[in-house]
Amino acid sequence: MYAFDIERPTSVADAVAALKDEDAQALGGGQTLIPTLKQRLAAPSKLVSLTGIADMQGIANDGDTLRIGGATTHATVAVDTADTYPALADLASHIGDPAVRNRGTIGGSLANNDPSACYPAVALASGATIITNTREIAADDYFQGMFTTALEDGEIVTAISMPVPEKANYQKFVQPASRFALVGVFVAKFADGVRVAVTGASNEGVHRWTEAEDALSADFSAGAIAGLTVSADNLIADLHGSPEYRAHLVKVMTGRAVAAAS
Amino acid sequence: MPKDDGIGAATVRREDVRFLTGRGRYSDDIKAFGECAAVFARSTVANGTIKSINTEAAAAMPGVLAIFTGEDFVDVGGNPAGWLVNSRDGEPMKEPKRPVLAHGKVRHVGDAYAAVIAETVEQGRDAVEALEVDIEEHAAVINMKDALAGTNYVHDEIGTNQCFDWGWIEDNRAATDEAIKGAHHVTTLELVNNRLVPNAMEPRCSIGDYNHGTGDYTLQTTSQNPHLTRLLISAFVLGIPENKLTVIAPDVGGGFGSKIYHYGEEALVLAAAKKLGRTVKWTSDRSEAFLTDAHGRDHVTKIELALDEKGNFLAFRTETYANVGAYLSNFSTVTPTFLHGTLMAGNYTVPLVYVNLKAVFTNTAPVDAYRGAGRPEATFSLERVIDMAAREIGRDPIELRRQNFIKPDQYPFASAAGLEYDSGNYDALMDQMEKVSDKAGFAARRAESESKGLLRGFGVNAYVEACGIAPSNLVGILGSRVGLYDAATVRVNATGNLSVMVGAHSHGQGHETVFPQIVADMLGIDAASIDIVHGDTSKIPFGMGTYGSRSLAVCGSAVVRATEKVIAKATKIAAHMLEAEAGDVDFNDGTFSVKGTNRSVSFGEVALKAYIPHDYPIDLIEPGLEETAFYDPANFTYPSGAYCCEVEVDPETGKVRVDRMTAVDDFGNVMNPMIVTGQVHGGLGQGIGQALVEQTTYDDDGQLLSASYMDYAMPRADDLPFYVVDHSQSTVCTHNPLGAKGCGEAGAIGSPPTVVNAVIDAMQSGGKNITHIDMPMTPHRVWTAMNNAQ
Ligand SMILES: Cc1cc2nc3c(=O)[nH]c(=O)nc-3n(C[C@H](O)[C@H](O)[C@H](O)COP(=O)(O)OP(=O)(O)OC[C@H]3O[C@@H](n4cnc5c(N)ncnc54)[C@H](O)[C@@H]3O)c2cc1C
Repeated sequence: MYAFDIERPTSVADAVAALKDEDAQALGGGQTLIPTLKQRLAAPSKLVSLTGIADMQGIANDGDTLRIGGATTHATVAVDTADTYPALADLASHIGDPAVRNRGTIGGSLANNDPSACYPAVALASGATIITNTREIAADDYFQGMFTTALEDGEIVTAISMPVPEKANYQKFVQPASRFALVGVFVAKFADGVRVAVTGASNEGVHRWTEAEDALSADFSAGAIAGLTVSADNLIADLHGSPEYRAHLVKVMTGRAVAAAS
Repeated sequence: MPKDDGIGAATVRREDVRFLTGRGRYSDDIKAFGECAAVFARSTVANGTIKSINTEAAAAMPGVLAIFTGEDFVDVGGNPAGWLVNSRDGEPMKEPKRPVLAHGKVRHVGDAYAAVIAETVEQGRDAVEALEVDIEEHAAVINMKDALAGTNYVHDEIGTNQCFDWGWIEDNRAATDEAIKGAHHVTTLELVNNRLVPNAMEPRCSIGDYNHGTGDYTLQTTSQNPHLTRLLISAFVLGIPENKLTVIAPDVGGGFGSKIYHYGEEALVLAAAKKLGRTVKWTSDRSEAFLTDAHGRDHVTKIELALDEKGNFLAFRTETYANVGAYLSNFSTVTPTFLHGTLMAGNYTVPLVYVNLKAVFTNTAPVDAYRGAGRPEATFSLERVIDMAAREIGRDPIELRRQNFIKPDQYPFASAAGLEYDSGNYDALMDQMEKVSDKAGFAARRAESESKGLLRGFGVNAYVEACGIAPSNLVGILGSRVGLYDAATVRVNATGNLSVMVGAHSHGQGHETVFPQIVADMLGIDAASIDIVHGDTSKIPFGMGTYGSRSLAVCGSAVVRATEKVIAKATKIAAHMLEAEAGDVDFNDGTFSVKGTNRSVSFGEVALKAYIPHDYPIDLIEPGLEETAFYDPANFTYPSGAYCCEVEVDPETGKVRVDRMTAVDDFGNVMNPMIVTGQVHGGLGQGIGQALVEQTTYDDDGQLLSASYMDYAMPRADDLPFYVVDHSQSTVCTHNPLGAKGCGEAGAIGSPPTVVNAVIDAMQSGGKNITHIDMPMTPHRVWTAMNNAQ
């Protein structure tokens, strides 16, 4: 780790100001950033910790939509959404291990947009809105490829507004070592249609599977996607799975998510 | 009848009090006054010529005390292989020098070519980044067969990538070929025994110290065998006289083989300590551990089994390529040869075995013994090909094994691979396995799995292995450069409690509990009054350390011999005290008594007399009560077992789940059944890990792709089933005083083929014509095999 300064603002405004310094970087739970620093793969001059900002903590429920503070930990989401959005709670409860869940934050995960991460799938499938210190960004516009988002330098994810579907389920087929998603599929059924988001599979990061959405919007059953095929083009090839395997898993996991949706 | 804490009692491990309450004292916990840090500059390329290393800028950085490069060690020795293996044609193996720091060339990613000594680790890292290094990269030698065919050499000076081409038993080569040619049926299988990264929980750590007042060096290090490390540093590498070097291995958090060996970092911290007059510490981080700890296994094998029309085994023939990596680690030459080829007759009366093994240098981390060391490789090849043969000729795999088993009345049995098994009863183990695993209920369980859309398979395995390495005369003939006895000193203190100094090192095995149980049993005293001292060459007799499941069979036997000497001397003292002839004095349950009388003295009274020798026959008996014994085993010990497991495979994803696992082992006499069960559990976890998840992959450029836990999977609790572990069917080891065989590696030896056999059975039950899948059987691999078979 290289030396750095740390600030712990208690308001979004102070955090935004602190992030104006050259080479300053936001720190959420540190579950991605700290290992990166330890490996000396990044050298920020200053870390601005967001977890002390009260406005960015916790979950509010305004009817059909949850508003989740950007610094809310996975563990809190896992417990506090168990009744309101069980598929989200279940997803959060299977991220990493207890240490990761008690430190890692939803804002950090969405800002990082790891191609194998879980939160991007629920955000995209739910049609969430990413709320920052300057604007609101629809999930469909927010995720722009592996580790790439619509965020500008110094922009902070302050909250996520997450519509709650009628039925939903997340199927995570874990990569054996990291236990991130080798392929993860989040299926969300709303009154006006179904959204299917796939993580872990593509070189372009989280994405929607629109053919499946169309088929499932017409007929919400596992059989509805039986005739579809997933192209292996541009899917991830690594030690743990070929593009063909991932393509196959996308379909299998989608079917299972539909069958398990509640 | 076991005492509460004597032989056979399930005494709770006393060392766990400190381990489980955070009071263990590992090397990195030791903070010396004025200590400084060593940080290594490691190659990022697999094969390269070091053109220049400019240290000027780095040397001027804050906190930097010294910088070493390979140049500083050209005049000292190299780290040797402990065993000389000759090729089939009699040529000695190729033995390129393994220097303290790479010089001239770097040969694997992680190869250290420089070291910075600085006040702090972070300052050392900064300085390593400031080194101006010019390394010209060359194509990497990775694939073993390409390595042998090509002219790109890991070590230019030897002009080949072949270390040796070994044949065992060479005299049987022609006869084996003949037997296979004429056989009724021959089953052939090509398989890979996957390379493993040891991943001890505690990474390596070495602390060097030099006292300019006395000229004494001290090395605290993560070692399984401090005397061996001292011998290597003294006699081969740095030439420090043994009497001037103390090696201390304090609490060590797991080794699994990787901490047997001497590594360059140990020599470096000693040399740096002398130069600077400071204590120099190096602690490996996990990334360094992945790149530099000696890896395990990595065999590519073709095995053939010849059978007659009745299913009798006629011959096993193997052709194996064994990766030794970029340099010869200390046991790297014996592990794939004498610890592997000699087991290639397995549990069977097969008359002919021929093993051809080529050891190959590649631009990868050195490969050496890892839990099981050669025997897992042997068992895996044998038990996979037998399973395949049974399927091919339409025989039940258990029945075919039984037909070829050595029978209980055939011991001692001279195996076709050159060992003499002293005892065993493989049918009894198989009977017990069938019973305790509820094999009879398998069909119902399979039906239930199928109703859930899952394929269920049953896999079986029989193994015999060789532990307790080893008779020094025998290994000397076979090329060992060391003896393989062990030693113990039993010191009875004046007040009747004991300190027992042992050559074996405990790094999770439980010696601190078990050795006192043995002594307590023999002396009839409380085990709590006996303590074990280990891991410090200034305190313990010269022992060879802990590996190859030898601690109990070899060092435990030395403890017995030393305790017998104590009893013999104490009996003489007691006879004097009792005014009797020594021959008339009995020793029972801690009391010396004169036969046929009620006159007696306690062990404690005799101890006190030995140290306060008033009214003592000083001209006949020396004062004091302390005895040392060196024990050199007469043979290996031969644990054996019958294992089975049941797996469920998800045909849609290829995911394998081990649902049931049964291990029935013959360990001879068991000293502490709880500890033995724990050893089996650990071994099973590692074996299942090898079978299902542990994958070490170098790319063509020699970059380790699975270089962190993000890509190298370790088995986790939810990968593992509840185990049925049974050691009720024991036959006693006939040649050591404890009758004990060795249990440390069995689980890792017996489980991989069991799991693979079960997965293949599941595939077949699903109508897939799949005869083999290489380990690790990851979901991707299993799915791919199923997909290709469609
Ligand atoms: C062992 C392990 C297992 C894991 N398993 C999983 C898994 O199964 N599934 C999964 O989805 N994830 C997994 N993770 C990742 C984990 O969820 C991380 O917590 C998450 O990716 C990053 O969140 P964080 O709060 O820790 O962010 P940090 O590490 O603090 O930051 C990550 C990045 O986001 C930026 N950032 C942080 N917060 C904000 C914000 N509010 N606004 C703007 N930018 C911000 C930082 O500057 C940095 O660039 C795992 C991590 C570990 C260590």
